[in-house]
Amino acid sequence: MNYHWNWGIFLERIKGGEETYLSWILTGFGWTVSVSLCSWAIALLLGFLVGTLRTAPNRWVARLCNAYVELFRNIPLLVQMFLWFFVVPELLPRGLSMWVKRDMPAKEFATATVCLGLFTSARIAEQVRAGIQSLPRGQRYAGLAMGFTLPQTYRYVLLPMAFRIILPPLTSEFMNVFKNSSVAFAIGVLELTFQARQMQEDSEQGIETYLAVTLLYFICAFIAHRGMSWIEKRTRVPGYIAAAK
Amino acid sequence: MKLRSGLVLCTLVAFLATTPGFAEELSGTLKKVKETGSITMGIRESSYPLSYLDDKQQPIGYHIDVCNRIVSAVKDQLKMPGLKVQQQPVTSQNRIPLVTNGTVDLECGSTTNNEARQKQVSFAVTTFVTNVRMAVKKASGITGLGQLDGKPVATTSGTTSVQLMRAHEKGKHIDFKEVYGKDHADSFLLLETDRAVAFVMDDNLLAGLIATSKKPSDYALVGEVLNVEPIAVMVRKDDPQFKKLADDAIKGMMKSGELEKLYRKWFLSPIPPKNVNMNFPMSEKLKELIKNPSDAPAEAYNKKK
Repeated sequence: MNYHWNWGIFLERIKGGEETYLSWILTGFGWTVSVSLCSWAIALLLGFLVGTLRTAPNRWVARLCNAYVELFRNIPLLVQMFLWFFVVPELLPRGLSMWVKRDMPAKEFATATVCLGLFTSARIAEQVRAGIQSLPRGQRYAGLAMGFTLPQTYRYVLLPMAFRIILPPLTSEFMNVFKNSSVAFAIGVLELTFQARQMQEDSEQGIETYLAVTLLYFICAFIAHRGMSWIEKRTRVPGYIAAAK
Repeated sequence: MKLRSGLVLCTLVAFLATTPGFAEELSGTLKKVKETGSITMGIRESSYPLSYLDDKQQPIGYHIDVCNRIVSAVKDQLKMPGLKVQQQPVTSQNRIPLVTNGTVDLECGSTTNNEARQKQVSFAVTTFVTNVRMAVKKASGITGLGQLDGKPVATTSGTTSVQLMRAHEKGKHIDFKEVYGKDHADSFLLLETDRAVAFVMDDNLLAGLIATSKKPSDYALVGEVLNVEPIAVMVRKDDPQFKKLADDAIKGMMKSGELEKLYRKWFLSPIPPKNVNMNFPMSEKLKELIKNPSDAPAEAYNKKK
């Protein structure tokens, strides 16, 4: 292959600008981390709420929450991005619609974060439901027999146990958030994938660019993995759920 | 460290594998074509009307026709009338790696010839010239870049238009609010849905998007030219034999008037699949280039004042 390698490209200045390609990649990295962490916060909050309600005794609440999960789980993420960005604003009243499209601060970032947050929340909700339902039924009855109300039973008995059980799938979900955030480039968030495309078009050093970007995504997901493992270790209940070492 | 030495090894092996031997008569691409009995054209699926797919998913367009002529010149020179011609779809992200790594022998999309790219690949003589301008909605009353201060302007992520806007911004103290589509269709949607007041891009692409939009009469191409970009067929670097063959084939078409005929076919008459006429007359620059063919990069046409 007659590829012209140039690892020094990252320190070169971009065309018609002051900053270097490295600073492009780093600002992109910053946006990737911001989108991911904000979405993760939304996803955890909504995921636990919806997932818990799916096991609630009220059948209509459970059905509504099931519908929520199916809706967000069954549409590809890229399509959801477009729906939130291009379609939803068109359904709003004219004045509001123009505000959302033109003047809303950080509109791409907000749209991407909400979209990724809701998408991930549906997946977390499914895990939370599975976690709660995997607990022996006796635990719920024991809680109630202790004189706890139903919300107290969830708070003190069911949720802490379910949380520990679903930590491993939750870990991979957290890693997924970083990887899925790359879809945000499609609606113009200036994140890592976006900057990689810009840099490769600008500099024509595509292989170096994508190797660097791959490494950064890997680092993100790996840190997420290590963090979650640490939590897993700290919250383990001795004698319960495979206590290795 | 391990990764790095692996990479070095890989490039070394690749380098050795492609280094031409002692062949006197055939080298580079022509040698490869002779040995494998096939030649691969890189095509674009939606670079209207240079290279795109028709309703039967077959690649057609102005540059496809140009490339077919080059391929037939290859057949003549190698005396291989049965040469197998393969088509490989490429994107702006992968077209250069695919040419340098040998997958594609002849890239027939809509690639701008510029200095950064010439470090990786070579270009045949320029066969099309595009001007970077903007498309607006007629109703907006915008006619020049000066009116865009503080307004959202769309462009496509990963294209050279972004850096042009950046440079212009710096020179004229205009503050664009850039919004990005992931491809040209998305960027046009940004304009269509009023998320942006203008879309800055190659004028032939804008003309194509307008011609195929829901209401072509709503839009106009306006404003000053931000950049002149020579578009050409891309070939591998350091392969003078193949480049000369391609250049000669194109120069022959220029001399015989065949290229102008092709231009009229694709830019000034109704074309498939929708039978829309682009109505895109030939620029003075291209007329000049047909008289004096050149493979100079974009930078040569856009000297900073």
